[in-house]
Amino acid sequence: MKINGKSQNKSLLRFTTAGSVDDGKSTLIGRLLYDSKSLFEDQMEHIIQSGKRLGREELDLSLLTDGLRAEREQGITIDVAYRYFATPARKFIIADTPGHIQYTRNMVTGASTADLAVILIDARKGVLEQTIRHSYIASLLDIRHIIFCINKMDMMNWSESVFKDIRNGLASLVDKLKIIDAHYIPISAKYGDNVVDRSEKMNWYHGKTFLNLIETIEIRKNKNPDNKRFPVQTIIRPHTSEFHDYRGYAGRVAGGVFRPGDEVTVLPSLRKSKIKSIDVLGKTLSETITGESVAISLEDQIDISRGDMLVSTDDLPVINQDINLMICWFNERPMNVGGRYLIRINSNEAACIVKSVNYRMNINTLENDFENISIRMNDIAYITIKTSKPIFFDSYKKNNITGSMIFIDEGTNETVAAGMIV
Amino acid sequence: MKNQIYINDEHLRELEAEAIFVMREVAAQFENKVLLFSGGKDSIVLVHLARKAFWPAGIPFSLMHIDTGHNFEETLKFRDDLAKEFGAELIVRYVQDSINNGRVIEEQGVNASRNKAQSITLLDAIEELKIDVAIGGGRRDEEKARAKERFFSHRNEFGQWDPKNQRPELWNIFNGRKHQGEHFRVFPISNWTELDVWQYILNENIKLPELYYTHKRKIFSRNGVYLAWAPFMQLKPNEQVFETDVRCRTIGDITCTGVTLSKAESLEEIISEIAATRVTERGGRYDDKRSEAAMEDRKKEGYF
Repeated sequence: MKINGKSQNKSLLRFTTAGSVDDGKSTLIGRLLYDSKSLFEDQMEHIIQSGKRLGREELDLSLLTDGLRAEREQGITIDVAYRYFATPARKFIIADTPGHIQYTRNMVTGASTADLAVILIDARKGVLEQTIRHSYIASLLDIRHIIFCINKMDMMNWSESVFKDIRNGLASLVDKLKIIDAHYIPISAKYGDNVVDRSEKMNWYHGKTFLNLIETIEIRKNKNPDNKRFPVQTIIRPHTSEFHDYRGYAGRVAGGVFRPGDEVTVLPSLRKSKIKSIDVLGKTLSETITGESVAISLEDQIDISRGDMLVSTDDLPVINQDINLMICWFNERPMNVGGRYLIRINSNEAACIVKSVNYRMNINTLENDFENISIRMNDIAYITIKTSKPIFFDSYKKNNITGSMIFIDEGTNETVAAGMIV
Repeated sequence: MKNQIYINDEHLRELEAEAIFVMREVAAQFENKVLLFSGGKDSIVLVHLARKAFWPAGIPFSLMHIDTGHNFEETLKFRDDLAKEFGAELIVRYVQDSINNGRVIEEQGVNASRNKAQSITLLDAIEELKIDVAIGGGRRDEEKARAKERFFSHRNEFGQWDPKNQRPELWNIFNGRKHQGEHFRVFPISNWTELDVWQYILNENIKLPELYYTHKRKIFSRNGVYLAWAPFMQLKPNEQVFETDVRCRTIGDITCTGVTLSKAESLEEIISEIAATRVTERGGRYDDKRSEAAMEDRKKEGYF
């Protein structure tokens, strides 16, 4: 569509930021919004007034992201906050997460929907345990692009050798975690160097500024164009004279491309059929790709309900009741080995029993702990479960949507863990 | 920034697919479902998304309006027409009834507003009709407390929100399980910005009340916000009513909805105006200016 002669196809980039308050994470986001003119006058006025009330001397851009009363009073970030801004090139959704170890679960939550992770490092301190933790979580959630911002370069005399030392330290971490695409930028969030505008103090850096990098970085979203996955959310049956026999399976494509005429296998029944049509509000589509919400109807009358999945016949997911997975525990009540939980994977739900904890991950050292395997809040562990019925799934590495699940406590209904199938 | 207009399909398509996914999860996970309909653009977009999510079947939610009695007349007519057009059941509950039966004590004075009282009327309606989910048009970019909101937001049996103890929400898996008497608020357009909403309205050719376009109206200025004048509005001594060209940037209860001086006649002009503006949408909302945590406090009590 064109207006005023301008036409753009602006994409959406979701990124998560990890780092502690001291690293200048909120300041970086504030700086990004401020320098890209995404901060509005009334928000600016608001930050100034709040800062005065709290006795802050300098303009405190972190007040922008800390939205809850308790966060502002205590000067901490408790929960994931979502921020939005756009440039002519892209629209951005930032999941701003607290960086302290006790908020690992928030980091995992923010990372679960991100295409890219931004990890802040204080140039004075270099690579710390928390840097390892943040990088590990990004790799655990299979985020393929990481930008390391080496911040507070102003306090290290804008020194190239300081930056290089830190970068070299990070490179070995990146290798160890098998992170595919890593970037390193020396910045000063406080003064804005290399955030939106190029730094005049660091002429030795020839790479992109932070904003320029996130505007241009190519994100690989659709990993498996051939592995068709369509979890059925609900059935559409109009019961009108015009659409008397219409039966549409509503869902969001979780993998691959679907076209009318394609053969699909229905799980768990394993019956085969062909796609008759793909519809959205009166429009019939010639194809639908990963990420789109559509209604699919089939040539044959097959009994299909919520939780079932349409898949490509020549590439079926795994169908099994014994599942190995990495989990992050979210709840104050520790995990009960031998205990019963509900799992939800796509639109499918089942009961499960935790059979064993194979190891607990020490996320500060990246060592597997086989001794202390009681699982408490914010712990990450490798476990085995048995489900009450066969579940169809992929490994998380193969497909983030059909390979991820949440655990629900049947007593409290709370979401107590997130799981990534190995 | 000059009048940059970003019309593109990719990011809006993704936001639309996400919203439709959420709507369908609501349909599948809950029993007694309402869509909170205010007559404002966000709830009109919600209705459009619901049609898309379930076509060729009808919308599986009733539309519910909490009526403060202080509405723009055009909004009510638009609401009734829309419900009729899409064959949706319309449920209206009145703040005036809550005042009459003593559930609400009306605020007094020049700044009196029934905006806060809506929460009580809403919670009473939820209890009366045994509603277990109410879909709302709240967006995270609107306000800082809303930035912390989940897509599926749990409310305890008192209808309260506990922002410090929210359920984690990962990937696209939504947990709507609850105990008897509890309910959920669901926000399908959480990730949309004001500009996204307008561009989507333009792309999808969605009909809006005329109030959103420029028109002549009697207004007055209070604390830097232009408010529409209505017979029940109390004026302070220094406040003068005058008529000029305005449009509404948001539509809600008249007593707290600011209007914008504007001559924008088309969606294209509105989008240019919003792309160039330096004040947020809720900058004109009088209800948010009451205190720093005004929205957080109202939401804890059960507000939209």
